[in-house]
Amino acid sequence: MDFSLNDEQRMLEDTVTRLVRERYGFEQRGRYGQEPTGYSAEVWSLLAELGLLSVPFSEADGGIGGGGVELMLLHQAFGRGLTREPYLATVVLGGGLLARLGSEAQRGSILPDVIAGEAMLALAYAEPDGGYEPLWIGTRAERAGGAWALTGAKTVVLHGDSAGRLLVTARTAGDVNDRAGVSVFLVDPSQAGVSVRGYATIDGLRAAEITLSGAKAELVGPEGGAADALEAVLASGCVALCAEAVGAMEQACDLTLEYLKTRQQFGAPIGRNQVLQHRMVDMRIALEQARSMAILGACSLELGADVRERRVSAAKALIGNAGRFVAEQAIQMHGGMGMTDEAAVSHYAKRLVMIDHWLGDADHHTTRFADLPESTEEDA
Amino acid sequence: MDITYTAEEQAFRAEVRAFLKDHLPADIAAKVREGKRLAREDHVRWHAALNARGWLAVHWPKEYGGTGWGAVQRHIFDEECAAAGAPQIIPFGVSMVAPVIIKFGTEEQKRHYLPRILDGTDWWCQGYSEPGAGSDLASVKTRAVRDGDHYVVNGQKTWTTLGQHADWIFCLVRTDPAAKQQEGISFLLVDMKSPGVTVRPIVTLDGEHEVNEVFFDDVRVPAANLVGQENKGWTCAKYLLTYERTGIAGVGMAKAALRHLKDVARRQARAGRPLIEDPTFRRRLAEVEIDLMALEMTNLRVIAAVQGGGVPGAESSILKVRGTEIRQAITDLLRRAVGPHALPFVPEALDAGSNAEPIGPEYAGPLAAQYFNRRKLSIYGGSNEIQKNIIAKMILGL
Repeated sequence: MDFSLNDEQRMLEDTVTRLVRERYGFEQRGRYGQEPTGYSAEVWSLLAELGLLSVPFSEADGGIGGGGVELMLLHQAFGRGLTREPYLATVVLGGGLLARLGSEAQRGSILPDVIAGEAMLALAYAEPDGGYEPLWIGTRAERAGGAWALTGAKTVVLHGDSAGRLLVTARTAGDVNDRAGVSVFLVDPSQAGVSVRGYATIDGLRAAEITLSGAKAELVGPEGGAADALEAVLASGCVALCAEAVGAMEQACDLTLEYLKTRQQFGAPIGRNQVLQHRMVDMRIALEQARSMAILGACSLELGADVRERRVSAAKALIGNAGRFVAEQAIQMHGGMGMTDEAAVSHYAKRLVMIDHWLGDADHHTTRFADLPESTEEDA
Repeated sequence: MDITYTAEEQAFRAEVRAFLKDHLPADIAAKVREGKRLAREDHVRWHAALNARGWLAVHWPKEYGGTGWGAVQRHIFDEECAAAGAPQIIPFGVSMVAPVIIKFGTEEQKRHYLPRILDGTDWWCQGYSEPGAGSDLASVKTRAVRDGDHYVVNGQKTWTTLGQHADWIFCLVRTDPAAKQQEGISFLLVDMKSPGVTVRPIVTLDGEHEVNEVFFDDVRVPAANLVGQENKGWTCAKYLLTYERTGIAGVGMAKAALRHLKDVARRQARAGRPLIEDPTFRRRLAEVEIDLMALEMTNLRVIAAVQGGGVPGAESSILKVRGTEIRQAITDLLRRAVGPHALPFVPEALDAGSNAEPIGPEYAGPLAAQYFNRRKLSIYGGSNEIQKNIIAKMILGL
């Protein structure tokens, strides 16, 4: 039982914390949002220069072999700064799936560019009628001569409009929601058979609707056998989002606490009111419970799928609820100011509520947790 | 970062489990599991079994007969005891008065009282609360007036848990009425057999006799029974309130209760199907289980900090608030699980070996009463509202 960080992890935390502090002030962030891609190319290059884009990849793939804890440290800092860069889309989801499933040649041709900050990826898995269910795949892959052609629609693809390559889930066999028959493909979005409609999300990021009409595609990994890898990568994504939520909750709590101590009403700081004090305590308790679950999720990523999936769903569920609670209370206690675009707290609140909408919300993950079989008695 | 137990800790868990298998009396464990009443004798037998193994005083220093265990070992011990259906160790002697005596008592007091706590000679109860002084502990009114080698005590204590079994009571008494609230209080040990001590039961809303009122009417207490200095009793009281608080979350008990809940939900029929298959119920069950996972991790974070030499501060208050809320949520689900069979109230069925015919499934009998009983969790030990005041002040600086 040891919750401390080792030297390398502490260095990683220092590096990313400094980057966010120096490059992600509230106004800087506002400017990055004006870029056509919705993020700062300069910050992305800096992430590459500092080696942060290589963190989760194995040494064989040119990375440093970071695990769940490293992922958590990075994303907690990203959450504090509400960063807009596509780390989750490119490195964790797209890169993660390619690293798990890709042949040596596929990994070798793409991952070095990802690590260098020169290739952007996105994972197109969700479909318009599938809700949060990743195996709900109606997109079809057909063999056309020696190649594959994809037809179907993918929805709310995180950073799908700035990716040079898409990783797309499609069915090579079976029916929607079958575990077997799920395959993953690399797709070049610039080709004629792919339409990409990019848009902003309410939490300050970018996403895209992607329509595939006989799009040429390259198979990644085993035909029909990609479901396990997809789940594992989505679990990493959930851990990243959980940590990001913790970082954003820390900021939302700090901002609100500061406001309670400084905002005067009826001749005294509003924090003198016990009803607000207790609300603030409830926010703090929610933060600590969320932090605990982010740690549990991060420390479970490298475990077997039975334990991992249950714990990660538990973490995402608890943090979805905790994040929404903190967001709502932070707005409420800021009063009218919390309703404004100029107050940082409103941006944290939007991100916190919307984190619940990425990769499965609290309802989805609570139901999933309830349905997953309990693995044999595990300690801690 | 590593959230698994070390090999030594796992070996320790196995050792505790083996001990419980051999030495926890089966009839007592059955009573705990079935929610039956425990007699004084049951507690005494269980304490004796623990003491024989040297495991009764889990957090005393070794020199006084404690285990010398660290915070992680204590946590494992608590968890295993709860899982095995062991009764909670009665805290008033071992966990409350003893640490105060060890910290503030004279050598003679340590030599006299500590062994008697270990061997079960003395059953202790707590004389803190008074009518009108619940969570506001410092407004103690019970008076102790020095008269030669004695104090003469007059006043009343209340909510005295299991005082009907007690040989001794440790009291906060006012020795200087002129001083400010928290000053002028002393920590006094009183023999319950002293003339002028009267114990009256308080029947609680579950129909049980667990707590009492204790009256002091010109009770003469030897001055040698004062612990620490006169008028410095508040220091003892505060020390006791912060002592060994990592167990306050009650994770072990909550996990045992959750297992019981799942077991009940598997056996309980709801319109022809096991309740555990009902989506609404499954959902509620999942929510409380997830909350408990988060609490357990938070508790382990605090335990690891204590193990590393830290002192648990207001974090204990977070553990108390969430721990009690979760345990109450579980007893709430247990009550709901049995549906209409929560209604029948047959108190005599709670005696082990009772011939009373159960109404509905046997496990349903105690659940509604237990639900009402557990409302106490968010009230005692500093109500959850008081805990939030502490967090607001100590952690948030409000």
